[in-house]
Amino acid sequence: MIEAIWRIESARLIAGLTRVVGDIGTAEELAQDALVAALEQWPAQGVPERPGAWLMGTAKHRAIDLVRRRKTLERKHEEIGRDLERDQDSLELDAIEEEVGDDLLGLIFTACHPVLSKDARVAITLRVVGGLTTEEIARGFLVPVSTVAQRIVRAKRTLAEAHVRFEVPAGADRDARLASVLEVIYLIFNEGYSATAGEYWVRPALCEEALRLGRILAELTPTEPEVHGLVGLMEIQASRLGARVGPSGEPILLLDQDRARWDRLLIRRGLAALGRAERLGALRPYGLQAAIAACHARATTAEETDWARMVGLYDALVQLAPSPVVELNRAVAVGMAFGPASGLDLVDALVNEPALKSYHLLSAVRGDLLRKLGRSEEARVEFERAASLTENVRERDLLHRRAAECVAERMAG
Amino acid sequence: MRVLILAKEGNQSEAATPPTPDAMAEYQKFNEELVKAGVVLEAGRLHPSSQGKRVRFDGKKRTVIDGPFAETKELVAGYWLWQVRSVDEALEWLKRAPYDGGTFEIREVVEYEGM
Repeated sequence: MIEAIWRIESARLIAGLTRVVGDIGTAEELAQDALVAALEQWPAQGVPERPGAWLMGTAKHRAIDLVRRRKTLERKHEEIGRDLERDQDSLELDAIEEEVGDDLLGLIFTACHPVLSKDARVAITLRVVGGLTTEEIARGFLVPVSTVAQRIVRAKRTLAEAHVRFEVPAGADRDARLASVLEVIYLIFNEGYSATAGEYWVRPALCEEALRLGRILAELTPTEPEVHGLVGLMEIQASRLGARVGPSGEPILLLDQDRARWDRLLIRRGLAALGRAERLGALRPYGLQAAIAACHARATTAEETDWARMVGLYDALVQLAPSPVVELNRAVAVGMAFGPASGLDLVDALVNEPALKSYHLLSAVRGDLLRKLGRSEEARVEFERAASLTENVRERDLLHRRAAECVAERMAG
Repeated sequence: MRVLILAKEGNQSEAATPPTPDAMAEYQKFNEELVKAGVVLEAGRLHPSSQGKRVRFDGKKRTVIDGPFAETKELVAGYWLWQVRSVDEALEWLKRAPYDGGTFEIREVVEYEGM
C-alpha cells in the first residue's frame, strides 16, 4: 500500500524538494526519509487522509531544517541579507505544491541532462520520475542491482558537480535538452520492445514505463510536436506487443502478425497523438516515425499497406535524421513498394557501412530480399550470419528457422 | 497492467438527470490529475439502463430484454481504463476520487496471454 502511494507521489515530492534544496540527490534522500517515517507511523496510526500532503509536509520540514543549517553555515561568511533570504525560503516552500507541473518538468529535464551518460539518464529517470526501485530497474535491464545503484549514485554526483540548474530550459537550449529527454524515453521503450539481450523478446513492463513517462510529458508540454510524435510512435508500436510474440515466446515479424491481436485502443491513441503532432507543424523525426508506424496500423491486412506512402515518409526522415539504420528501413519499404530487386540494390549499398557492420538486421533484411528473388542459398548464409550477430535468444531461434526454410526451399526448387 | 474501474453509482446510475455542475467540476479535476499522471487510457459514462438492452444466451436461443434493469446497485454508470503498476496503485488513486456514494469496482484486465 505504502509502495503504491510512493509510486504516485514520489516524482512530485522529489521535484518540489529539488527546487528548494537544489539537487536531486538531497531531494531524493529527504523524500526517502519521509517514506521511512510513513512506514514507521502509518501501520500504527493509519494512513492519513491525504497521504501525498503528509509526505510532502514531513519532507518539507526536513528540507526547512536542512536549508536553515546550510544558511547558518553560509552566514558565518556573509552576514548580510539573512532575514530576507530566510523569508524567501519559506515563501518558496509554501509554493511547493502550487508549481507541481513546472517542477516535474524540471525534474525530467534534469534527470535527462546531456551531461549524463545514456545509461545514467535512463537509470535516474526511472528512479526519480518513474518511482521505480533500483531492483526493479536492474530487473528491467537485466543488469546487476549494484550496477544500477552505482549509475544512480554517479549520476547524482555528476549533476551536482556540473552545477546543473534545476529548471525548465528555454530558448535555443530547449530543443537539445528536449531531444535528450525524448531519447531517454525511447531508449527505455525500445529495451522493452525488442530486448537486446536475454531470454525474452519483449518486456512489456518497460514499454509501459516509457509510455507513462511519454504521456506525462505530453501533458506537461502540449505544444511540443516531437513529444506527441514520440508518444504516437510508442502507442502504435505498443499496440503490436501482444501480436509480436508467438505461443512459445518466439518473435513474429510485423507482416506475419495476426492484426486482430493489435490493440485498437493504443492504435487509436497513437493516431490521435500523431494528429496532434501534425497540427503543430511539419513532422519531425519522431512524428515521421509515428506516421510510418501508422501506415501499418491503418492497413487491415499486410497487403493493404501503403508502401509508396511509407517510402515517401522515409525519404523525409532520411533528410532530417540521416542514419544507416533509417536507410536500411527505407530499403525494406522500397523492396515492398517497387520489388525486392530495388530493395536489394539499396541494401547492397549499405553493406560496407561501418555502423551496420555487425547489425544483425542488415543481414536479416538482405536474406529476406534474396529469398524473395529465389536466391535461397545466399539468403540462408545471410540468415545464419544474422543469427550469429544477435544477443537475443528468441530472435536467434527465429533466424535459424528462416535459414532452415531457405534450405527446404532450395531442396524443393 | 490495465485495470477497468466500474462505477456503480447506485441510484445515480439510473438518474436521467446529469450530476450537478459542482460534482462534474470535482470529477473533471480528479480526472485531469489522473490524465496528467499518465494513468487514464480511456473514460466514459453510460446512459441509464432504461436505454439499454440485454441479450440472454441459452443454447441456441437468444432472448432480448429491454431496460431498465432491476438490480440498481450493480448497474454500471461509467468506466475508466487505467494503466497502473499494481492493483494497490489503482486502489490508492480510486480512494482519492471525489465521490460521496456508490461502489466502484477495480478489475484487472487480462493481457499478453502466453507471455
